[in-house]
Amino acid sequence: MKNPYLPAPAKIERVVTETEDRNIKSFDLSFVDKAEAEEFRFVPGQFAEISISGKGEAPFGIASSPTEKGFLKFSVNKAGVVTRALHNLEEGEIVGIRGPLGNCYPIETFENKNVVIVSGGFAFTTLRSLTRYMLHEENRARFQDITVIYGARTPGLLLYKDELDAWKERDDLDLHVTIDSAAEGWKGKVGFVPTITKEVAPSSEDAFALVCGPPIMIKFTIPILQELGFLSERIILSLEMRMKCGIGMCGRCNIGSQYVCKDGPVFNLAQLSELPGEY
Amino acid sequence: MSLLAGLTASCQVLAPVRKGDSLVFEQILTGDVIHLSECNTQKSVKEVFFPQRERLFVYRGQETREPSFSDKERIVFGVRPCDARSICLLDLVFDGDDFKDPYYCSKRDNTTVISIGCSQPMRTCFCTDTGGDPFSLEGTDVLLIDMGETYCVQPVTKRGEAFLHEKPGFEEADPGQLQRKEKIIKKARETIGSDLNLERIKKELDRDFDNPFWDTLHERCLGCGVCTFLCPTCHCFDILDEGDSKQGERIRIWDSCMFPLFTQHASGANPRPSGKERMRQRVLHKFKYFVDNHDRVACTGCGRCTRACPVNLDIREVLADIQNPE
Repeated sequence: MKNPYLPAPAKIERVVTETEDRNIKSFDLSFVDKAEAEEFRFVPGQFAEISISGKGEAPFGIASSPTEKGFLKFSVNKAGVVTRALHNLEEGEIVGIRGPLGNCYPIETFENKNVVIVSGGFAFTTLRSLTRYMLHEENRARFQDITVIYGARTPGLLLYKDELDAWKERDDLDLHVTIDSAAEGWKGKVGFVPTITKEVAPSSEDAFALVCGPPIMIKFTIPILQELGFLSERIILSLEMRMKCGIGMCGRCNIGSQYVCKDGPVFNLAQLSELPGEY
Repeated sequence: MSLLAGLTASCQVLAPVRKGDSLVFEQILTGDVIHLSECNTQKSVKEVFFPQRERLFVYRGQETREPSFSDKERIVFGVRPCDARSICLLDLVFDGDDFKDPYYCSKRDNTTVISIGCSQPMRTCFCTDTGGDPFSLEGTDVLLIDMGETYCVQPVTKRGEAFLHEKPGFEEADPGQLQRKEKIIKKARETIGSDLNLERIKKELDRDFDNPFWDTLHERCLGCGVCTFLCPTCHCFDILDEGDSKQGERIRIWDSCMFPLFTQHASGANPRPSGKERMRQRVLHKFKYFVDNHDRVACTGCGRCTRACPVNLDIREVLADIQNPE
């Protein structure tokens, strides 16, 4: 029986400070044991627990794509004990990884369909993984049009800026990057994510929408998607809850009868509407 | 008790012993006094399989070393039928289809459960309302029934048969004894039971998450969590590190959905911010969510939560109020 509580050691290969407020850093981690690396097979939307001895563990969505080999990327907002400790670590230091955990985005159902990704702030992580996965040369042909609407409060709070710049150049991706209010030197869109979603008005025909962001963004984006004709079954969200075990035993991440760690974190809106609003 | 004679030398035997004011399950040695005929233990049998504090592994830097899982045979003796049933409910959590908890499962594999029927149920007992019985065979390997001068011994599983097989001194019960046993069982059953109907309660809970009933129920509750700690089926836990970055151990300890920090995010957001949501969670988890997931209520009617509650919240009254909305 493999012990699901044991973290595997992983080396911090690279640290990137993503945002100008320095609150979000991305960590590229690689397993010390090559067998662990081989065994860790994930699909975009899944998460893992990062472990720091003496501080504990915390769950993070995997921000890299399975098509990126040799490392796992996690973009971490400095908020609690583990994230603070992680922010203080440097390249070359060792942490632990436990996972992959949770369900994943239903990628097979997106095949031959249009995919609309709507995201705000630092919730873009697993959708970055998905976008990167779908754009990969071996996968791109499996999907029809891909639209990404991504926003942050200010230009300095956008994640993955270099990558966004590169994506702008692509003709197989319809990318809309927005900030909340006008800023000097900003040439992209200005406006809240729901407003820009309405403006871009992606077609709901043969399409799925994926939404990750702060609660207020989700609240105002969903009615817009519904107006555009997206059915609840085709609006897909990823939830965050406080978690410990990650395997449905410790009891804190449930919403109704569903454990976000094991039955989620990915749910469609139809599934969520069946659950109590305790999230 | 001669059934246990010699066993404490060859394997670990756990039984109800007095510790301070409480009866708890602890390892016994030859000559220790065990308490079978008094009230049920204050702490439930879950501690035998899922200790209140348990080491997951030790670490030195980022190197981890898991504990050795003992395969030494254990006997837990004098378990009440409600507690024996609770083990089956914990199995659904820790020995599930998706994940197995090796700490729990290894203890479960090693342990023979010997239960003792409840000839004198307490006023707070309501096992029969939850599908149980003071002489339930579920979750036990051998059931004992106290007949006064002797015990009626009933093997339940193969494991129980094997356990008894090695012991001398059993006699086939005679018809008179069997009759007396039936009388004891009947008398005990008659003392328990109310009008609770769990199917109706489930229907009410399915119907209305925002029932105004929850607005006031929690007002008496202090949020002390004793109900969850003593509950034989509550399984929530926290995982934390004890030590520094160089060396220490990762442990798990019992936690409670009645505590405000249980669900609080690092951002400060809390999906269950007040006593109302937390009380509702506890009741719904036992009588709705667990039923949705496992087709069983996560309650065995042991009555510990009612006995220990400092403000006399009686789960039977709560359920009756849900069952019979005004």
